[in-house]
Amino acid sequence: MKVAVLKGGRSLERGVSLRSGARVEDALERLGHAVLAIDVGPDLVKRLVAERPDVAFVAMHGVGGEDGTVQELLEILGIPFTGPGAAACARCMDKVQAKDAIELAGRETPGLKTPDWFAFNQTAFREFGAADALGRLEETLGFPLVVKPSSGGSSLGVKFARSPGEVPQALVSAFSYDDRVLLERFVDGRELAVSVLGDQPLPVVEAILLQGDRYDFEARYEIGRTRFACPAELSAEEERAVTEAALGTYRALGCTGFARVDLILGEDGPWLLEANAIPGLTDTSLLPQAAEAAGLSFEQLVERILDLALEPAAA
Amino acid sequence: MAEVPEPTHRRRAHTSGRDLERYAGLFAERTGVMRSSAMRDLMAITARPEVISLAGGLPDTSTFPPQSFAAQMTRIAQESAAKALQYGPTEGFEETKDCILEVMGAEGMLPDHDDVIVTTGGQQAIDLVCKTLLDPGDVVICEAPTYPGAIPTLCSYQADVVQVECDEDGMKVELLEELLADLRAEGRRVKFIYSVPSFQNPAGVTMSLRRRQQLVELARAQELLVVEDNPYGLLRYGGEPMPPLYQLDGGDFVIYLGTFSKILSPGIRLGWAVAPPPVMEKIVLGKQAADLCTSTLTQYFVREYFAERRWQHYVNDLIEIYRDRRDTMLEALRTYFPAEATWTEPEGGLFIWATLPDYIDTSDLLAKALRADVAFVPGQAAYVDGRGSHSMRLNFSGVDEDEIREGVRRIGKVIAEQVELYGTLTGEQRLPEPERDSTPNVVPFRKAGEAG
Repeated sequence: MKVAVLKGGRSLERGVSLRSGARVEDALERLGHAVLAIDVGPDLVKRLVAERPDVAFVAMHGVGGEDGTVQELLEILGIPFTGPGAAACARCMDKVQAKDAIELAGRETPGLKTPDWFAFNQTAFREFGAADALGRLEETLGFPLVVKPSSGGSSLGVKFARSPGEVPQALVSAFSYDDRVLLERFVDGRELAVSVLGDQPLPVVEAILLQGDRYDFEARYEIGRTRFACPAELSAEEERAVTEAALGTYRALGCTGFARVDLILGEDGPWLLEANAIPGLTDTSLLPQAAEAAGLSFEQLVERILDLALEPAAA
Repeated sequence: MAEVPEPTHRRRAHTSGRDLERYAGLFAERTGVMRSSAMRDLMAITARPEVISLAGGLPDTSTFPPQSFAAQMTRIAQESAAKALQYGPTEGFEETKDCILEVMGAEGMLPDHDDVIVTTGGQQAIDLVCKTLLDPGDVVICEAPTYPGAIPTLCSYQADVVQVECDEDGMKVELLEELLADLRAEGRRVKFIYSVPSFQNPAGVTMSLRRRQQLVELARAQELLVVEDNPYGLLRYGGEPMPPLYQLDGGDFVIYLGTFSKILSPGIRLGWAVAPPPVMEKIVLGKQAADLCTSTLTQYFVREYFAERRWQHYVNDLIEIYRDRRDTMLEALRTYFPAEATWTEPEGGLFIWATLPDYIDTSDLLAKALRADVAFVPGQAAYVDGRGSHSMRLNFSGVDEDEIREGVRRIGKVIAEQVELYGTLTGEQRLPEPERDSTPNVVPFRKAGEAG
């Protein structure tokens, strides 16, 4: 089969995407597929039309590749592709949309809850004096609170404010990545990730940071900074709650193929943080680790992802 | 006709998480401190052709005459092909050392041939010094900020890096003295002090004569080594020449590192180290273990190039170009950077260090700057402890004046947006900057307002 691997692009997560892509290419070659590696740029459509791949493996992260843009193009071109469709990608990428969808679903499904949050765009601050509302929000959310760009992954621009004085600075940082930011209640608990592969939850991964005080970008991509436990040590009850919350989120967002749901397991159960439509596939990424724990080698994982992309129902 | 099979592409086999775990178990402990970062990922994007990168540290090699390069290489091919393609002595050719002595002589230094080793770039010289002197946990003292490229080297030898503040006169030697006393009291072993005294990378500042004297006296009194890294010494665009530490000390407690990278070419990977004989003996053994010898081919190239007796003219040409670029960058900073920013005014070298208001994190700002197709090095890269997050390193040697102006304008614009945003967030409305005269805010390492 001829598989186009889409990677790179202009997003801030280009480096990670190139590593994900390279690893996927290796696996595809070993599986005997013809691999067409594409570092996504202005010639993307031309190349896809000329090369007519049977399927596209989307190994892009961040803006452009994970927000539905590339998926929309592939839908128009009629090329089957891996991972969630354009609409689901757009919902996952935009944390505001994602939270809305999860909370809506949560009215029916009690396990689905997200930490309290407020979202602002830059205009609100620049033109409508939104800063005057900050005090009230801080009272509601308490400290520390989390400030994050509405789009983007890999913890880029995510800041913790420990006091009111730190909020403006955190906002300035988050606004460096996106025009809309979220202020979110900080939930203390265990950091878990549940990857879902074609409607089947994979074993839960727990990120245990060895140094530093938070799960930041550097820890995510550095071997040795974070210890991952997979499967996470959870009671049967905890595991059921976590897995159901992740599956509910996956469905609420309309994901197909695969996705990774990140959550915090607090004393009062799981709190959903976000879903990643195109989770990383690098050496240190969580989806491959979870698949491994479920007995799937990286090659088997890649093959399964391709199969899901080609299932008629998946489109 | 028999079919020739397609060569199969053999790649790294990392098929599964289990494989990864197996490798992880094989890693040396020191790889745990080898740093990789978000910043490095962002820096990967700066290679996009549409990005004006003020992030590099590249000299401009475009003015080197191609015909001269061709003639030298032809001469090597015709007259010395066999030798130029052969291994050479670990210490380097005597003729290369002659060239090195000429370069050092231009700054008033006159070491013995035997004290010099030719290295694969200045970076290897740093590596060999670490290899020779450091045990895990040994303290190395650096400037704050320090050369970002030295940090991974020091970390890979598991050095305990401690940084001493700089001001416009370089490392604050009085603080160094206190620090040494504190470290001694704590029973921590200091092996050497790493310094770039002239036109420092990244800060662009130059250590004053008084501090240079204090530093070498201190090293002598405490029998500590100072590693003087001097890649830019000859690239002076103003002010009076300053004696290198090596010259002041006479070479007893100073290990000197030099390079042809900034006065000729970084592509030839030729640098050198000068050290007292007992230290040199160990460095040579380390070099032998690392790569047997430095490229003989490029050593021949340097020899031919120096034989033309034009190397100082070429350096003077570079000085003219870089001086204009530095002036263009300073002018652009005055025009486009906000009043709250400060920056250094280097008398030479390749870099300016700019410091922004403390509510701006330059690593985050880089993400925004990249959307405006411009890049710089976030200040954190020059510290081991997370400091420097409000500063940035700007390079003026690798891009032309139009690009410098445009690059600084773009950075200025994203900063201005963040300054204004912060103003609205804190209720301090900031009005657009009025036209300013051409001299404010250029005092290095001082906050605006403090300068009087």
